[in-house]
Amino acid sequence: MFGEKVIELIKEAERNRGTLDQFNDETIRQIIEEMHVLFKLNMNDANSTTENKSLWTTVQVRHSALERNKRCLLAYLYNRMNKIKTLRWEFGSVLPPDVRELLSDGEYDWFSKYSTNLATYMRSLGEDIGYHGIDLTENLRPPKSLYIEVLCVSDHGKFELEDGDVIMLKKNTRHFLPASECQTLIRKGILQQIV
Amino acid sequence: MDTEDIELSEEEEEITAETVLKTLQIAWQNERLAPEILPHRNDMVECMLGQIQHMERNINKLPKTDLRASIHQMELNRIKYIICNYLKTRLDKIEKYCISIVNDEKQRIESGSNYLTVSEFRYAQEYLLNMENHLKSTVLNHVPGNMQSFEMNKMAIYPNLQSHIFLKANDTINGIILEDLLGDHDEEIDLEEGSQHILQYKPVAELVKNGKVQLV
Repeated sequence: MFGEKVIELIKEAERNRGTLDQFNDETIRQIIEEMHVLFKLNMNDANSTTENKSLWTTVQVRHSALERNKRCLLAYLYNRMNKIKTLRWEFGSVLPPDVRELLSDGEYDWFSKYSTNLATYMRSLGEDIGYHGIDLTENLRPPKSLYIEVLCVSDHGKFELEDGDVIMLKKNTRHFLPASECQTLIRKGILQQIV
Repeated sequence: MDTEDIELSEEEEEITAETVLKTLQIAWQNERLAPEILPHRNDMVECMLGQIQHMERNINKLPKTDLRASIHQMELNRIKYIICNYLKTRLDKIEKYCISIVNDEKQRIESGSNYLTVSEFRYAQEYLLNMENHLKSTVLNHVPGNMQSFEMNKMAIYPNLQSHIFLKANDTINGIILEDLLGDHDEEIDLEEGSQHILQYKPVAELVKNGKVQLV
């Protein structure tokens, strides 16, 4: 049957909505191969159909299969792009290595471009009034309190606060820090909020 | 909000920081609730950013242990959150409806009624370009010849203007025409000042944009 591989691909994406899977190189390659086979068959039949109209239906069916494959492939990529986008907001412009492995080279390329584009936009915010941009990823959740208590999960080293104080973030130490300044570290998994 | 130390600088028009904040809050609310992208309120955002800068300088003059400092700081963080979330909501819409927004915006720029700021528009174009390149290099360039085109029209996602929204009328508005999509019994309604309704977004889209009604 035509288009079986592509359904597999879509189903796989559908199953894990919240998480990102390994980029499925192999299946995509097979689907594209299938498309080439279909295309060649169609070309042969289409050239001979001028006298033999009985092949038209076959050509039509193959053509729909081709279009369907194309559409599903693009949907797969688009879906992944949306997931990768959220990574930028969660991790910042540098991805942890285990996440990086899930992306194909093309996707990683896209991620860097997306990241640069976003950074350019954020830098341009408030430029006219002498601001050096705003980091939109810092304020993703509504602020509940000024200071929060955090537990340091892994060694990070020195961390300078906005008011100039420098603190040492060592494993298993507890700190009472301004909520706005440790959000990034919490997302990176270095700090953990104690509720 | 405490207005005593946040008077606006003299060269500005006569609006208080409070009105700016209120306008910004309404813009934020509308943006979050409306299905399509709304005209930007960059003037308000920049004005508020200026205020924040000003207030931060004032707070830094106070000793850290001062109660006023932490109350003001909290207030600032809340305002910052509103601004960030407002801008992020817009970005999300721009990314989602990228193709339709870029197309519409090109026409709007010609008529001088642009909805996006300059940098937002640049962002949208760049985003679209990146998406196209990525799809091309991963799939489209490898499929058979007649399948290689990047079909903009098929890829475009349009906001659902038929979705329903809650709204509050800021003014009395007469004669809003609600189209009857199935039959031909168009209905005409009036909104009273301060009243609240559930309506389809499309008939009131213009009213949201010019501030006659607000979404709640």
